[in-house]
Amino acid sequence: MNERMPLIRLAKREDFEGRKVWAVRFLAFVFALIVGMIVFGVSGVNPFTAYGVILKTSLGKISGIRQVIKNAVPLLGVGLALAPCFKMKYWNIGAEGQITMGAMAASYFALFWYQKLPSALLLIIMCLASLVAGALWSIIPALFKARWGTNETLFTLMMNYIAIGIVAWLQGGPWEGKPGSQIIPMFDSKAILPRLLGVHIGWVVVLLLTVFMYFYLTQTKHGYEIAVLGESERTARYAGMNVSKVTARTAAISGAICGMVGFMIASGVNQTLYANLAGGAGFTAITVCWLAQLNPFGMIFISLLLAVLSRGASGLQTALKVPASISDIITGIILLCMLGCEFFINYRIILRGRRPRREAVDEH
Amino acid sequence: MNINIVGLIKAAVLNGTPLLYGTSGEILTQKSGNMNLGVEGLMYMGGAFGLLGVLTYDRMAGADASGVLAVIIGLLSAFAAGVFGALIFSFLTITLRANQNVTGLALTIFGTGLGQFVGEQMRLKIGGNISISNALKGAFADPVLPEALQKIPVLGEILFSYNIFVYIGIAIAVVMAYFMDHTRKGLHLRAVGESPSTADAAGIDVSRYKYFATVIGGGISALGGMVYTMTIAGTVWNHTALSGEGWVAVALVIFCLWRPLNALWGSVLFGGLMIMYLRVPLSFIPSQIYKILPYIVTALVLVVVSMRQRREDRPPESLGLPYFREER
Repeated sequence: MNERMPLIRLAKREDFEGRKVWAVRFLAFVFALIVGMIVFGVSGVNPFTAYGVILKTSLGKISGIRQVIKNAVPLLGVGLALAPCFKMKYWNIGAEGQITMGAMAASYFALFWYQKLPSALLLIIMCLASLVAGALWSIIPALFKARWGTNETLFTLMMNYIAIGIVAWLQGGPWEGKPGSQIIPMFDSKAILPRLLGVHIGWVVVLLLTVFMYFYLTQTKHGYEIAVLGESERTARYAGMNVSKVTARTAAISGAICGMVGFMIASGVNQTLYANLAGGAGFTAITVCWLAQLNPFGMIFISLLLAVLSRGASGLQTALKVPASISDIITGIILLCMLGCEFFINYRIILRGRRPRREAVDEH
Repeated sequence: MNINIVGLIKAAVLNGTPLLYGTSGEILTQKSGNMNLGVEGLMYMGGAFGLLGVLTYDRMAGADASGVLAVIIGLLSAFAAGVFGALIFSFLTITLRANQNVTGLALTIFGTGLGQFVGEQMRLKIGGNISISNALKGAFADPVLPEALQKIPVLGEILFSYNIFVYIGIAIAVVMAYFMDHTRKGLHLRAVGESPSTADAAGIDVSRYKYFATVIGGGISALGGMVYTMTIAGTVWNHTALSGEGWVAVALVIFCLWRPLNALWGSVLFGGLMIMYLRVPLSFIPSQIYKILPYIVTALVLVVVSMRQRREDRPPESLGLPYFREER
């Protein structure tokens, strides 16, 4: 019997408790940092100096910390927005476009209605507009998915480019400020989000949203429907759930939150609208969401980590003349290592000849 | 309105060629059931490392650098970069069973970062814009076929006046189509993509097919990035030039219904759509809206394909799904 056994076998493991799981993830993270050191070494920079500069620029000064939080807000916001979609196994990679459309809708009111409305009301209307626009942009592919099974991964991806193109057109056309400038004018001060502790108020909103999303996913009927549909569409149908409705509703909620993040970026950070305003947050947030295992509280940590890296990279560029794109390399390495390490959490590797500690009943 | 049709077709073919590589590679990958969303990253890596390879050769060989060798070095270094990226993807998704969508996106982040970084480093080291000697530039961008063929009126211009990469790209797509439809290994590959458990039961090594298809496909996709930098971008590394190219290639895979031969005309069509706003300006369509035409067309194709529900037009049945023998 033993001769027939393959050299390496795998078995599912469910015996890992919380602390061990986090130990494995931490090891993966350390491993990623070591690989990162090699990258620095190859490019001729002392890795320890480099990591030192990253920490110093991002966390050494209060202005750095503010910038980190500013960078983390959209990542966390969009990560939260994507959680219900991913739990449903609906691959919404259109966050970038939903952010852009939300920002566009908010900007419409910021640019053309600011004289007629008081600041608070204006901001509320901008926020509502961004929610609606994001939801609409997101529900289009969801409806096609629900009705005809159209591949949502690619459809939502195409919607990104269409959204960005529309804003690029507004930027150089109807909404252009000075003719020929290709720039939309800055918002009036009434249309700018107030600050709290030096960062626009959006950070409070996304923290509240984190709590909301946790309860939405774990404690509500909607959350339950999403979980069932994600596990098996047939089970969901058999249980009498309206699959189309749940799909469309979840996509709309997700898009609405992305749209609101767009409003925060436009009003809180840039104070204007431009085509590449989302700046890849919609894509990076996908990995934030996944690395946190769709756990809203985990996302706070992951989004801060990635924000520290991207902020630190700008310090690398000025202090050590290393191109800031190295932060993408390091981010990529961390993401890839963390993705890989889940395997060691979920599976047990059994080598031939060595008896597993527990008799494996679950293998056959 | 005065439109130069021949000129437009030529430009469409030249602009479509990087897409042809990107798409052919991704078709091979997806046929094995792996959805690699890292094409954008792979093309960046191919572009940067292809340029790096040629540049290094140019510096080392000096005046007597051979054009043929330079082209081969460009192809090899880009292919190797793509193989490296796709190996990471394969290892994570096939061996370590990570989610394909997320891994692909992480690969895109990593690959675009690496490409940008290498490109920037080259620029810093050399100072100013990177450029290779004119003789080598010609080896990449000049027409390769005999002049007699090029002189045939109209047809010569449309068919025989391109650089070598256009013809290599066509050859790759044709060979791939033959491989998939007329060889046993191709049949096995398709079986793996449609139903890995059936293929496994029939004695096909699922993991090996997935690995080979993804890695070779990744290499081919990366060539597209090199072709772009060496021909269209004129051997100059530019921050944003390649951006979006890989995503369009992924979209084109669906547009082509997973058939390499469709990629031949699909890439020309998309190459054309991407430059139409420059070549055929229409006064009633603003150029920014004109630029998103390829994406709108792709979205429409997605919808139409899903509505028609024709079996032969569907994606590989197990596309994007992991295969674990133990979980049957």
